[in-house]
Amino acid sequence: MKGGWFKVYAIGYLVFLYAPIIILPMFAFNDATVIAFPLTGFSTRWFSEMLEQPALSIAVKNSLFIAVTSSVLATTLGVFAARASTRYKFPMKGGLMGLIMLPLVLPEIIVAVSLLVVLLGLGINLSLWTVILGHVLICTPFTIAILSSAFQSLDQSLEEAAYDLGESAMSTFRLIILPLVMPGIISSLLISFTISLDEFIIAFFLAGTEPTLPVFIFSQFRFPQAVPVIMALGTVLVCMSIILLTIAEYFRRRGIAKSGGKDTGGFL
Amino acid sequence: MSAESRWGKWRRTEAASGLLMISPPAVYAILMLAAPLGTILLYSFLTDGYLEIIRDFTMANYVEAWTNELYRSVMIRSLGVSMTVTLVTVLLAFPIAYFVSFYVEPSKKSLWLFLITIPFWTSYLIRVFLWKVILGYNGVVNSSLIGLGVISEPLDFILYNVNSVVITLAHAYAPFAILPIFVALEKIDRALLEAGQDLGESKFMTFLRVTLPLAMPGVIASVLIVFIPTIGDYVTPQLVGGPEGRMVANLIQLQYLKLDNYPLGSAIAVSAMGIVTLVSLIFLALNSRYLKGPKG
Repeated sequence: MKGGWFKVYAIGYLVFLYAPIIILPMFAFNDATVIAFPLTGFSTRWFSEMLEQPALSIAVKNSLFIAVTSSVLATTLGVFAARASTRYKFPMKGGLMGLIMLPLVLPEIIVAVSLLVVLLGLGINLSLWTVILGHVLICTPFTIAILSSAFQSLDQSLEEAAYDLGESAMSTFRLIILPLVMPGIISSLLISFTISLDEFIIAFFLAGTEPTLPVFIFSQFRFPQAVPVIMALGTVLVCMSIILLTIAEYFRRRGIAKSGGKDTGGFL
Repeated sequence: MSAESRWGKWRRTEAASGLLMISPPAVYAILMLAAPLGTILLYSFLTDGYLEIIRDFTMANYVEAWTNELYRSVMIRSLGVSMTVTLVTVLLAFPIAYFVSFYVEPSKKSLWLFLITIPFWTSYLIRVFLWKVILGYNGVVNSSLIGLGVISEPLDFILYNVNSVVITLAHAYAPFAILPIFVALEKIDRALLEAGQDLGESKFMTFLRVTLPLAMPGVIASVLIVFIPTIGDYVTPQLVGGPEGRMVANLIQLQYLKLDNYPLGSAIAVSAMGIVTLVSLIFLALNSRYLKGPKG
């Protein structure tokens, strides 16, 4: 066997990585209110109870609105940044790109409190829009990471050919560049959507009285009797994010193949 | 006239096009990130009134943040937890990155990376909560160990303390540690490794003297990308940490949302960031020889 012990270790590691996700559906379909082993029996009642919670559907709507808006805004900003960093040389490039990418390593709580202080200082009421401000900030670096590889694998001679054939900068971008980086854009939209949908700390600080899905989930952890429903919800969320990620991965690979690049690995 | 044409000329240069292109995200980051960070730095030097912030310059918040026994112990614990998590995560991640880079067929590498990243994209809150289920008194670990007859009483040192925080964070940041190391390993020219062995080094010595130094930039990147965010993690210590597992983010949240003391909260946040930056810079300086290009 190739890799021998390494393979055994890798499989063990995957078990560690997947342990929570494997246990999640066990409790979602378990008949007991207490989240503990041994399991008592199969039941789908937590899923039907989940559908009957009005607070949950409000939280889902809030989160979907935030996630869709943030992913569109972050991807738009990401297109500008990725294009600028892969195509042009300009003064202060390192500093500006560093600042834009900073949220990737900055603890989210720092982003959350600093935005909170400024928004309250300016007298802006906390709402779903204030959460969007924060989410755009943390999603943009991920979109840049994805879009840069899409822009990098772009052949510059295609662009020059379009200019030579009389197209303007705008129409070249629309007709040549955009279609080629489209898979990257779709994959970046999906990734930002997933990040925003799952983000807790910034929403916790900036959402005011309107809870997002993670804020709702966090508040439910305080009530032991509410936890099985959250396990059911979690199972649905895990399935959805696996589907979304598979689509994102498909588009990312197609994008790289389309522009003739070599696949170097997953996103991030 | 001449100024205008000079402007017109500058507009068409590459630098101007680049600056124009970068300006939307750059302006956004300056307004929403740089300015707010500047504001908490400013707040950390102001005085807390009952309902408003008094504009008196003071160092009192920092004195409080650094001398109060409670704050200091939380800060030291956070730093310790972060360092342990980083060490554990990177040490566990390296063999995985090595395996995927050196032993997996090129066509299957993407699949492996995809498998590694999937758990990372599923609800963070629910994942952390499930670790509570796994490590709890009636949890998976305890009930299986009792079932196997290894122990007769549930282990109680694995939940609601620093250990559980370390395990949960090591799980959460695994892909962050694996990917940079993987990218660095992928860049290594395989001919160098053959050369090492042709010149009589053993496999292990080739690894130590060729592979490891060349992979160091990736290791350094993953150390920083795990260390810096973990110190500010709120959810994990809150859910699985218990009273003795609280970290600096919980303290910051307490000051801001519960006690309404923005200046002290800001001073703690700035101090935590300062410590993280300092430790990261020392770490970078210690490893600077790996980050320089090949000697000319």
